[in-house]
Amino acid sequence: MLLPLVIWATAVLVAASFAIKRWWFPAPINAHAASFDSIFSVNLLIMGVIFFVAQALLGWLIWKHRDRGQQARHSEGSTRLEILWTSITLLLFVGAGLASTGLWYEVHLSALADAGLKIEVAAKQFAWSFRYPGPDGKFGKTDIKLVNDAAGNPFGIVENDPAGKDDIVSSALRVPAGRHVQLLLQSRDVIHNFFVRELRIKQDLVPGMTIPFRIRADKPGEYEIACSELCGLGHHQMRSVLVVVSQQDYDTWLRRQAAQR
Amino acid sequence: MNVAAPGARRRASHTGLYAFLCSVIMFFGAFTSAMVVRRGASNDWKGIPAPDLLWVNTGILALSSVAVEKARRHLREGNRKNFNIAWSTASLLGALFIAGQILVWKDLRAAGVFLNSHPGSAFFYVGTVAHAAHLAGGWIAMAFLNWQALRWTLGPGKRTAVDVASIYWHFLGLLWVYLLWLFRFWGN
Amino acid sequence: MAAPAGRPKVTNMNHGFLRRYLFSTDHKTIGLQYITLSIFAAFVGIALSVLMRFHLVYPESRWRLLETLWPDGAPGGVMTPELYLSLMTMHGTIMVFFLLTTVPQGGFGNYFLPLQIGAADMAFPRLNMLSFWTTFLSFVVLCAAFFVEGGAPLAGWTAYPPLSAVGQIAGPGQGLGQTLWVLSIALFCIASLMGAINFITTTLELRTRGMSLLRMPLTCWGWFTTAIISLFAFGVLLAGGVLLLLDREAGTSFFLPAGLMINDKLLANKGGSPLLFQHLFWFFGHPEVYIAILPGMGAVSTILATFSRKPVFGYRAMIWAMLIIGFLSFVVWGHHMFISGMSPYSSIAFSLLTVTVGVPSAIKTFNWLGTIWGGSLRLTTAMLFALGFVSVFISGGLTGLILGQPALDSYFHDTYFVVGHFHMIMGVATVFAAFAATFYWFPKMRGRMMNETLGRIHFYLTFIGVYAIFIPMHFAGIAGNPRRYADFAQFDFLKDLSFLHKATTHAAFFTAAVQLLFLFNFLWSWWKGPKAGQNPWHATTLEWTLPSPPPEENFGHNPPQVHRGPYDYSLPGAPKDFLMQQEER
Repeated sequence: MLLPLVIWATAVLVAASFAIKRWWFPAPINAHAASFDSIFSVNLLIMGVIFFVAQALLGWLIWKHRDRGQQARHSEGSTRLEILWTSITLLLFVGAGLASTGLWYEVHLSALADAGLKIEVAAKQFAWSFRYPGPDGKFGKTDIKLVNDAAGNPFGIVENDPAGKDDIVSSALRVPAGRHVQLLLQSRDVIHNFFVRELRIKQDLVPGMTIPFRIRADKPGEYEIACSELCGLGHHQMRSVLVVVSQQDYDTWLRRQAAQR
Repeated sequence: MNVAAPGARRRASHTGLYAFLCSVIMFFGAFTSAMVVRRGASNDWKGIPAPDLLWVNTGILALSSVAVEKARRHLREGNRKNFNIAWSTASLLGALFIAGQILVWKDLRAAGVFLNSHPGSAFFYVGTVAHAAHLAGGWIAMAFLNWQALRWTLGPGKRTAVDVASIYWHFLGLLWVYLLWLFRFWGN
Repeated sequence: MAAPAGRPKVTNMNHGFLRRYLFSTDHKTIGLQYITLSIFAAFVGIALSVLMRFHLVYPESRWRLLETLWPDGAPGGVMTPELYLSLMTMHGTIMVFFLLTTVPQGGFGNYFLPLQIGAADMAFPRLNMLSFWTTFLSFVVLCAAFFVEGGAPLAGWTAYPPLSAVGQIAGPGQGLGQTLWVLSIALFCIASLMGAINFITTTLELRTRGMSLLRMPLTCWGWFTTAIISLFAFGVLLAGGVLLLLDREAGTSFFLPAGLMINDKLLANKGGSPLLFQHLFWFFGHPEVYIAILPGMGAVSTILATFSRKPVFGYRAMIWAMLIIGFLSFVVWGHHMFISGMSPYSSIAFSLLTVTVGVPSAIKTFNWLGTIWGGSLRLTTAMLFALGFVSVFISGGLTGLILGQPALDSYFHDTYFVVGHFHMIMGVATVFAAFAATFYWFPKMRGRMMNETLGRIHFYLTFIGVYAIFIPMHFAGIAGNPRRYADFAQFDFLKDLSFLHKATTHAAFFTAAVQLLFLFNFLWSWWKGPKAGQNPWHATTLEWTLPSPPPEENFGHNPPQVHRGPYDYSLPGAPKDFLMQQEER
């Protein structure tokens, strides 16, 4: 009669290892990440209770009905029970699904009053580049044929376009705290993925598409950007950082960069 | 239900055939949705080549289906000689259709339209070649039955084989009409 | 198409070795061939995963064996990232296709579907043989990728273009290796379609007298539903594979957009859509999960009933649940693509459909608990694995509800949380069902019993082992650890997770070693196991009315007459605690 004990012990250990939160999310750096954490906690609690009750019940049934020479009870089923647990699980699961829809809507579908700052993100095997429109607020024209990483032109900015003269290209993503930033995600070779743990969001960069993606970070600091879609042999080293600074520091940085161009 | 009952094999052959047709429909369904998505994904759609020779080929395929039906009627009436004539005609027309398709591909190549020329040409080649490959499979079954029929070794039990081959042949005819509609009208 | 086996066939015992063991048309021999292929594939897949886990935890260590096997992939005995990714790709492909898809359906389904419905063979025996040999060829073509220039592909089992479509410039293994991969998958699709046609026809047309659809064991329902899903899913993957092959080899642009610049080389492609491939792939890929698990669900239901000495609780609800799962599996593929760049509106629709699939799965779990409730449980090894299946199915299924919500998946997509989830629900659950089925049916297939003591030890160690491997992966995922990383040294946040990866790796070594116990038990029992009688478990379904192993012609000229449903255990007033399907009373 080892099995019930093993199942119970496993269930306790699994539940406990989730409860101690030793390996967990990094601290949230905006309101979205905080709501993500609370929705996840509710989900985890529901799933955790179901997990624990189901495993405990499984172990208990095995223990209680182990063969001691008793006659098994003949029972073909119960329509009432089927209807009961079908409706409960349907409500619970669809309810959980609906409950998090708002969070998704907010990130991907809601309209914004503040159009925000626009930054282009270009991914390639296995590096990130970011482009700022500079003081004029306009991105210069690009041409794929002019792309030259060695010469510091990963976007292929056209030399004689005045709008591009002041464009800033950076290998790290620097944003002002507390402002909406519209990222324009592009890839020149294979599919990559933009993932910042502290923001709790990720988005693929698909060649041939420019995918607008909104972020907002409130807490200044440096956060790692990790590629999260298999992109080739250097996938594990495709790293950059999101640098969140105060608006003031951001403006200073922008001015200094533009002056250098 | 009774496995030993007469007719079980006949039913099994038909069920197997219909299951197979489902998978063929899924294949061409995926092909169609790929084409719809691909056309919408970009602005490089230049239509689908559809040479007029395709009408001739369509006529040939339709005639072969008519011949198949005639052959089946003769077989039901027990008129083996007429069956042989009609079935042979159908086989010949089937071979002619494939030859006609090959001619279409040759003409297109001569006109500089290749598989990788543009999206429409790619879908045209994939669709027509996939259809021809399925048709070639059906034609081999047809030719095999024909060979047996001409040597008078096609027993009465082969009615099932004739029926299954015929249904498959008609299905490929309908599939061809659908593809032709896609290429000539939807695609341009 | 081969002639259907409507009439009792002539025994071919006096055929030569080739016709009896290699090119046999007997469904039992073919079933065993599938099982053998799967066991071999499983050990290859396990070996690959052990190498991968070893590298993740000891990335610097030099290992001469590795250099001997892959001189280019492990110069000096240190594994390169490209070798790691190719092992990962091959591990996934081999396990998904040649273990999880092959053994439940091709293996056990082939052997037992005709026996359980009272048929002499599958409907099309020669087609059946052709399916097996096509599967075998597919496996050989896949493994050949290891031995060609550049080695095996590194694009993962999902093979997303452009990475999988642009050839060698995207990385070693993306040349000929990736081409062989696509060819292998195309062959596998064809083999599976032939198998599906055979299973559907056999189930519909070859049932014996009295075996109505609602008297079929749930195993047969599992195989039947799986065959229907395969029939609709594999054709779509085949189409996707053909288009991918043309993009690779013929310069077309189905999946390749304009302006691709790979490794500083500008490609000439125009206008294709990388997302199109993902749609085609996952239209197959999600149903594939159920192709793997449904036969196992059927087997577990039967085994739980047999060893609880009780009918399956809610037999009809179980059938409905399977059919609903089968249907829903075709409308949820988008949950693999929440973050892919497809419309956020469609994500919401896919999400709600996805959480709905949890409902029939929950119904099945409740009914399994209902089946053992009030029973008289005999804890044989088969029963232990069936109960273990229920446990891991619950554990793996619940995390699916989290991943099915796009807002939450936005964090977890492509992290180790997903790896833990699908290994638990698709890998471990299916394999547990396969172990249960092996211990349950081995006596019938071989006429000998497997060793129960060894079996129990194997079960307990495996049960603890799989939890120890896959639960830590969930935590790595919660901490944000991306999957498919060959190395964790580049990111600061990953350094904190080394304990988890060490735990996983050591648990994986341990669990892999434990599987040798099973192999030993299987082989030893095959030759030396004690003789099994005709019906050692006192089970009710038709295969147990035949000698063990069954004669080549199965029921011969006397197909049985079925009088009752499949699970008449402990009927009140009956002389014994089980009534077989052909017994009148």
